[in-house]
Amino acid sequence: MLAYIDKIREISRRLLQEGTVDMVMGFRKGTVPMMNEPCFVKTPEDVDTFVWDSNCGINLANYLTNRQEKIGIIAKGCDSRNIVTHIIENKIKRDQLVIIGVPCKGMIDRRKIQALFETEIENVIEADGNITIKGRGLEKTLNKKDVLQDNCALCIHRNPVIYDELAGDLVEEQKDVDRYEDIRKIESLSPEEKWRYFDDLLSSCIRCYACRNACPLCYCPTCFVDESRPQWVGKSIDSIDTRTFHFLRAYHCAGRCTDCGSCERACPMGIKVRLFTKKLEKDCLELFDWEAGMTLEKRPPLDTYRPDDPDDFIK
Amino acid sequence: MSGLGFKVKVYMMKIITINKEDWAKGLERLCDSFRLFGPVKQDEFHNFRQLVKGELPDLNLLNTRLSAKSMVYPQSEKMFEFTLDENRDDHHILKEIHKDYSPKAVIGIRPCDARAFLLVKENFDTPEYKDPYWIKSYEATTWVGYACNTPCSTCFGTTAGCGPFHEQGLDLLLVDAGDYYLLKILTQKGENFLTAAGWSSKADSDAARHEIETLKRAAEEKITARISTDKLKDKKTTELFEAPFWEEVAFACINCGTCTYVCPTCWCFDIQDETIGLSGIRMRNWDSCMYPIFTLHGSGHNPRNTKMQRVRQRFMHKLKYYVDKYGDGIQCVGCGRCIRHCPVNIDIRKVCDLMNNFEA
Ligand code: SF4
Ligand code: SF4
Ligand code: SF4
Ligand code: SF4
Ligand code: SF4
Repeated sequence: MLAYIDKIREISRRLLQEGTVDMVMGFRKGTVPMMNEPCFVKTPEDVDTFVWDSNCGINLANYLTNRQEKIGIIAKGCDSRNIVTHIIENKIKRDQLVIIGVPCKGMIDRRKIQALFETEIENVIEADGNITIKGRGLEKTLNKKDVLQDNCALCIHRNPVIYDELAGDLVEEQKDVDRYEDIRKIESLSPEEKWRYFDDLLSSCIRCYACRNACPLCYCPTCFVDESRPQWVGKSIDSIDTRTFHFLRAYHCAGRCTDCGSCERACPMGIKVRLFTKKLEKDCLELFDWEAGMTLEKRPPLDTYRPDDPDDFIK
Repeated sequence: MSGLGFKVKVYMMKIITINKEDWAKGLERLCDSFRLFGPVKQDEFHNFRQLVKGELPDLNLLNTRLSAKSMVYPQSEKMFEFTLDENRDDHHILKEIHKDYSPKAVIGIRPCDARAFLLVKENFDTPEYKDPYWIKSYEATTWVGYACNTPCSTCFGTTAGCGPFHEQGLDLLLVDAGDYYLLKILTQKGENFLTAAGWSSKADSDAARHEIETLKRAAEEKITARISTDKLKDKKTTELFEAPFWEEVAFACINCGTCTYVCPTCWCFDIQDETIGLSGIRMRNWDSCMYPIFTLHGSGHNPRNTKMQRVRQRFMHKLKYYVDKYGDGIQCVGCGRCIRHCPVNIDIRKVCDLMNNFEA
């Protein structure tokens, strides 16, 4: 994965030199371990600020919404699927974009890694599928496979589904992945147990909305939780209001969520918010044979109607 | 002022040694006269909450995920209650809600969070305006600080007017000296706390002071992150406001507000009425300048309508407006929380340097 960077810089430089795009969106090196910062570059000289490693988990499609420029964008599998969704939903035009596809091998979970150690991690070096952690009196090498973000460990679309340039050879997709073990477990709980489960899950939520704001799908000019006339949801950290926010947001993402994991990655409290969206992803797959963002040719199940729908109630 | 200086000097003389068994016993005794609060680990991080009798604060931590500000200024705080039932004489009248302002002690607050209260006080306790909830709660509290032997890697306290053994805003300072604690008494409140705890083994003050000084120096040396703030106050506000770097600084920001919610010095709130049936409460909730609706007018106009404007507001408030208004440095104590928890790695240290070094 690290090897992609030369190619990413080369393509970006060319696009900027030739004036094909006004800017390229990518990542620059972060100031703390296991963090990179989304950034844009507008001149060929600046492309060397781009980096690529296993800390580029934030979904860059989020930065495309309603932009007017011609944009080069570095896209992992999930970013590319959210770009597709963005195009279908008229948030950006296909011909505004030059998509630099990056076949992905998964992003690492900084919280999972920190939780393994008592000492604060101060430096992280990545090489050959291994992650070496350093801190005061601490040095340890982990297998990257063991510390992936949960969504990356289960990802079955690592290759970009739409691209104009490629920064590396396509990778082999993971096979025989059981994507919904956790969801089936929750489904099997009794209503009371579910209630308690969600209460626990959300007990530390501070309603900051980082999950929502990190999500490329959540582009509504005014989110329902921010409406004041009428005010649908209270603004305190009352557990019912908090739950309402999460449940409703998940429904708004049904058939659109690509399980990119940006929401979960962004949450300052480490809440597993993907559990909500994944349930709906599972339903969409089982009921409509639908995976979000795989093609520009079809509209998502919840904004379309087919006369030959097999269900009677709709006729 | 000189009276204050004198007082501080007297109390600084006193340092107590507490072995770790007596620590637990003292805390148990304190439960009779104080409500105790301290850091507790839940899931993968620590936060402050009330301790039940016999429960110890978990002092095996770098710092809490959220700051200690909720100890005085909770995220959602009820202020008044009211009824809309017109059959009742008191309908539509706001009535104060009773709250517990009995003595409490916050144990294990880091020096950065303690100093942060003093910055916030500039806003909640002024000659013209007094926030009754904040003041009563703050004054009911005894602050038992916990010196940082191992500061977080993102800490830049020593160049933000604070530091790992900083004493401002604390009543006592607890120092982990390995097999035992040293407790430095800083105020009369601290003295009362000590009496209630019943710890009595006075340390040889010269030796103890030397020991603390050594640990302090070692801790300060571990802090490598630095900011420069010296030129901020002489910059022209309008020039900083118009500086060309804001677009780039703001690009990655998702306006999530995490930086302001985790920050010990961010103080903004929003007042809301909520009703269930005919009864209602008026409450205030934390708010954040990073949210678009923070400045949305009733007319629909929004003076800070873009992300860049909001990001600029946060940094200008902390690093320029506050500096100019209060003449007490920046509105930041260098705890580094916003840096650690920003999902897109926007780093106030970088922005501060951009501002401090900016030439129009
Ligand atoms: S809900 Fe989460 S996982 Fe789904 S697209 Fe949005 S950020 Fe990605
Ligand atoms: S990011 Fe986390 S804490 Fe913030 S609203 Fe979402 S779940 Fe709650
Ligand atoms: S935490 Fe970061 S992304 Fe969120 S509002 Fe603050 S600066 Fe922006
Ligand atoms: S601005 Fe950041 S570093 Fe400064 S006090 Fe707030 S959270 Fe801490
Ligand atoms: S930075 Fe923003 S949220 Fe924090 S105190 Fe200033 S205006 Fe309020």
